[in-house]
Amino acid sequence: MSERDDTETDFTAAERETLGAIAGQVVPASAGHGVPGADDALIRSDILATARRQHARVRDALAKLDALAREESEMDFTALDPVARERVAGRFREAHGPAARLLAALVVQCYYRDGRVMRSLGMADRAPFPEGFEVPQGDWSLLDPVRARPPLYRET
Amino acid sequence: MSEQPIDVLIVGAGASGAAVAWSLAETKMRIVCLEQGGFMNSSQYPSAGRDWEARGLSDYSISPNVRQLPADYPINDSASPIKVANFNAVGGGTILYAGHYPRFHPSDFKVKSLDGVADDWPIEYGDLAPFYAENDRMMGVAGLPGDPAYPPDNSERMPPLPLGRAGEVLARGFNKLGWHWWPSDTAIATEDYDGRGKCINLGACTWGCAQGAKASTDITYWPHAMRAGVELRTGCRVREITVGDDGMASGAIYYDEDGVEREVRAHVVIMACNAVGTSRILLNSTSAAFPDGLANSTGLVGRNLMFHPYALIQGVFEEELDGHHGPHKIIRSQQFYETDPERDFVRGYTMEIQRGRGPVTTALDGLHRGLIPWGAAHHDAFRTLYNRITGMVAVCEDLPEEHNRVVLDPELTDADGIPSPRIDYTLSDNSRKMLDHAVARASEVLRAAGAGEIMTESPIARGGWHLMGTARMGTDPARSVVNEWGRSHDVRNLFVVDGSVFVTSAGVNPTRTIQALALYVADQMKRRLANLFD
Repeated sequence: MSERDDTETDFTAAERETLGAIAGQVVPASAGHGVPGADDALIRSDILATARRQHARVRDALAKLDALAREESEMDFTALDPVARERVAGRFREAHGPAARLLAALVVQCYYRDGRVMRSLGMADRAPFPEGFEVPQGDWSLLDPVRARPPLYRET
Repeated sequence: MSEQPIDVLIVGAGASGAAVAWSLAETKMRIVCLEQGGFMNSSQYPSAGRDWEARGLSDYSISPNVRQLPADYPINDSASPIKVANFNAVGGGTILYAGHYPRFHPSDFKVKSLDGVADDWPIEYGDLAPFYAENDRMMGVAGLPGDPAYPPDNSERMPPLPLGRAGEVLARGFNKLGWHWWPSDTAIATEDYDGRGKCINLGACTWGCAQGAKASTDITYWPHAMRAGVELRTGCRVREITVGDDGMASGAIYYDEDGVEREVRAHVVIMACNAVGTSRILLNSTSAAFPDGLANSTGLVGRNLMFHPYALIQGVFEEELDGHHGPHKIIRSQQFYETDPERDFVRGYTMEIQRGRGPVTTALDGLHRGLIPWGAAHHDAFRTLYNRITGMVAVCEDLPEEHNRVVLDPELTDADGIPSPRIDYTLSDNSRKMLDHAVARASEVLRAAGAGEIMTESPIARGGWHLMGTARMGTDPARSVVNEWGRSHDVRNLFVVDGSVFVTSAGVNPTRTIQALALYVADQMKRRLANLFD
């Protein structure tokens, strides 16, 4: 973690790399579902922008993750091979639950608003407003037995 | 220098402040309302963007401690298992509420007589009935008459919200068990209403309704009240209510949006800041005549705080349901609403169906509960939950207890240096038993409806949506803060119209009753204008 670069985000280049790497651990790409991972460049950029609101907490979480990686292999998290990354990510969740939940929350809130991901889920690739959605009325005859009930309220 | 005295000062522009302002406007008195927040811009509500769910975790969070917007004041609720939810803007909590809009039952006003607990209200359902109806006209209510859980009520409603797939599935579950359910009354327009567009199923009701179908008071009461001459000053945070030598309220000291201290003098002061905000200001309004806070000779201001302890019970289904499409509320069940001597608790609860959830909420909750892992298995696990979850919350009646209270925090302040509230609250044994019962019965109906995995949270920690009881009404000045028409026993030109005046909480969402009460108090004031202070 060295020089700061505020042109893109408030995070250092190393922090940005670590955040991208852990995003890919939370939600990796899936060829089967035809979706990118959360370490995809577009999603990563969204995550970084969103993380700025919780800058200090995110930096702290990333530092904890890197510390675990160094403890294990004297390398930053991004330098680990895939197997070691998965192992360290598991230890991170166990040892630093709140920090792991913070990063995972950041990742999924950006991942599931990516157009490619939304389309893969059958969602309309847009904001809810102004078009809205259709919801079926449903079968109102289901209410018939309830209508036939005697009063349920208590007399005063 | 302060301006000339006005006739009526209202503090707070939310559910009750808007209603009382509109009702009093016809008197042609000079009425000023001070609101610490601003007007919302519905085009910037979260549902207008793809990040709508994420914004519910930040600038549209229900917690002021998370939002930390300039209009917010921090609340120390670390000693409470239920955290306070609110919103500070013109419209107040109605900006973020779900619009579930039941009335109280007649029995809710009589819990002492019927069940030997707490106290009866000094008014009855019949006293409020005309004001429920008046409020319904102003807000616009969708629903269906004929609910056997209520006395006959043929007031006009718009058609109910669609059942959708989730409503149908759960209705079948209730029917299988022979339990009551009924389409919820909602403050959501299902037809164009009073200049507002009808609901288009945005599914983001609790982040502000960009369509304007949900009845928040910034778009219902306030346009009418302002056209009738009420002056609404935004960005104005009241520090204290001032008192004259005669022991009457004389106005308020507040900070304007530039942080400049100002004073407004008034002949009548009406508090409408919710049960936490009103207590905070009254407790902060100390003087030689009222060393423990205004209207607090009994020490009851801030006491008897009631939330509704909520339980969340959701099931995972095999078939696709509605997901995040459509308003959150569909139907409710009051099968377990009234006291049953066979149970180990008194009073009861409403089961309030929650339609579904969006992808981000599904993922977050799945991760939190260990149902969705990190890594390659994430996608399949997510898809077993997405659009396949529905369920309900149980809204449990909370009985008043004096030790549950709002006090001023000795250290925490807002941006203007005004002491913040601290919440001292514990769940009662009765509430715990009721929550357990609700979780068991709701799980039963979910299983009857075909759910596999059941997920619960009880109580919902973030669920302090309903704030009640901290300036209770009553006829006995030794046991209540305001009288049976909302006037302080101690200060004859000071009124309270928000949920603070509730004697008991019932087991339903309170906004419709809060507003009916505000209209009732306004009506009482109008009837007594010639001798209001006698």
